[in-house]
Amino acid sequence: MDAVPFVIETRHLSKHFGDFVAVDDVSLSVRAGEIFGLIGPNGAGKSTLVKMLTTLLPPTSGTALVAGFDIRREPAQVRRKIGYVPQLLSADGTLTGYENLLLSARLYLLARRERQARIAAALEMMDLTEAADRQVQAYSGGMIRRLEIAQSMIHEPAVLFMDEPTVGLDPVARDAVWKHVKELRDRLGTTILITTHMMEEADALCDRIGLQHGGRLQDVGTPQELKDRVGPGATLDDVFAHITGATIDSGGSYHDTQRTRRSIRAHG
Amino acid sequence: MTRSEPVAVSAPMAERAASSGIADYLLQVFAVADTEIRKLRHDPGELLTRALQPAIWLLLFGEVMAQVRGLNVGGGNYLDFIAPGILAQSVLFAAIFYGIAAIWERDLGVLHRYMVSPAPRTALVFGKALSSAVRGLVQASIVYALATLLGIHVTFGPLHVIGVVALIAVGSGLFSTFSLIIACLVKTRERFMGIGQVLTMPIFFASNAIYPIDIMPAWLRTISSLNPLTYEVDGLRALMLAGGTSKYGVAFDLAVLAAVFLALVGIAARLYPRLTE
Repeated sequence: MDAVPFVIETRHLSKHFGDFVAVDDVSLSVRAGEIFGLIGPNGAGKSTLVKMLTTLLPPTSGTALVAGFDIRREPAQVRRKIGYVPQLLSADGTLTGYENLLLSARLYLLARRERQARIAAALEMMDLTEAADRQVQAYSGGMIRRLEIAQSMIHEPAVLFMDEPTVGLDPVARDAVWKHVKELRDRLGTTILITTHMMEEADALCDRIGLQHGGRLQDVGTPQELKDRVGPGATLDDVFAHITGATIDSGGSYHDTQRTRRSIRAHG
Repeated sequence: MTRSEPVAVSAPMAERAASSGIADYLLQVFAVADTEIRKLRHDPGELLTRALQPAIWLLLFGEVMAQVRGLNVGGGNYLDFIAPGILAQSVLFAAIFYGIAAIWERDLGVLHRYMVSPAPRTALVFGKALSSAVRGLVQASIVYALATLLGIHVTFGPLHVIGVVALIAVGSGLFSTFSLIIACLVKTRERFMGIGQVLTMPIFFASNAIYPIDIMPAWLRTISSLNPLTYEVDGLRALMLAGGTSKYGVAFDLAVLAAVFLALVGIAARLYPRLTE
């Protein structure tokens, strides 16, 4: 395992908003082909961290290498190598599924002769072939999420970032998203970083987990390692309570709540 | 990794790389504009409702003001005089709310997908401006139809039409990009709605759209001469009407609009990423 190179390496990454420290000195390494889960309550700094790694937000201090490129000095190269599924709605409801994928294929400069084949393959992989020519506003929440995954991986990125990918989905749709995320990693070897506040999701999906709380990365390990540290029969909820002295449900501001609700409305 | 390779590239290879760079850039601009146009095709109702406004201006305001004898509009009748002004106005009003769409896209999350893509920010801004130009041209053809129905002396000479297309396209792009800049500064829909109204009125009234600049007090004349809409209307006045004349010259009008447009694209490209921070 040690021979596998790191695809994400953050170095003392911090983000301040005025006096508020959203991300505090995070140094994190994720290996190629891993599904890495960043878990923590709303307001723990997970989304801010992901926004810095996807070059949407400049860090206050520290930096990170993503797919070999520095997010501060080489943001354009980073963007070529990553895909991002935001928590919010990133598929355009007035377009069809096909048109959404066509937009991504063009923005990512896929060669003209490859475009149709890649779009067809992405639709097929996410079980959306039949819905391709329907407007996205007629899709179910689970279908929208799968389309968003398809459009963010059409250029076969080295790293895929997913912010709370199953918020607002019913259990069936959620299981389907998990299945597709795993398939994506197994078939293409994509490194996947997801954020979640659902312990069940972290347990079911992730090879390794980072516990984020109060802006700091508190602990990192496989789900089993983390549980073993607390004691026999421990759950990830217990781990979280043990490490942070808080429960996962606490925390979160008005703004976070509003955002989550909006995302639930869009995908639910 | 290609980034650390030595730069000893032969001339033809460098040329090919440069031309594929331009092709890539144009594809990304096209991707953004084509997406907007597809959305319009899925929901064309909006274009029709927008046609109502110029109709009201020409029919109500124009017909009444045409009875006012005191307004010297340089020979022709008043309806002929304001037709290019109303054309520019309808395009301005459609373009000025582009910023709202940008904020809306940010609120949804669609904007994030553009911002994490490798498309240069200027390509995104140009793409939006191009889609605004297409909208503006649809709008313009509706105003042309209205004007012809009202007996306004519209000309369809090929050079005239080409000139109008250029003025409308650049004017639309200019005001939609200006609107995008405002959106990046105010960041919320509520604030934008407030400021959008406040900005539209002075741009429209402090211009030569519905009265000649010559009748303005000196201070307002200065403001008008700094207002891009004045140059758009001036060019349209020469090209839209049979026997129309321009005060500054059509080439000068186009040059001013193009220069302001490019400067605004530069500013917008810097500010645009702020929306998703």
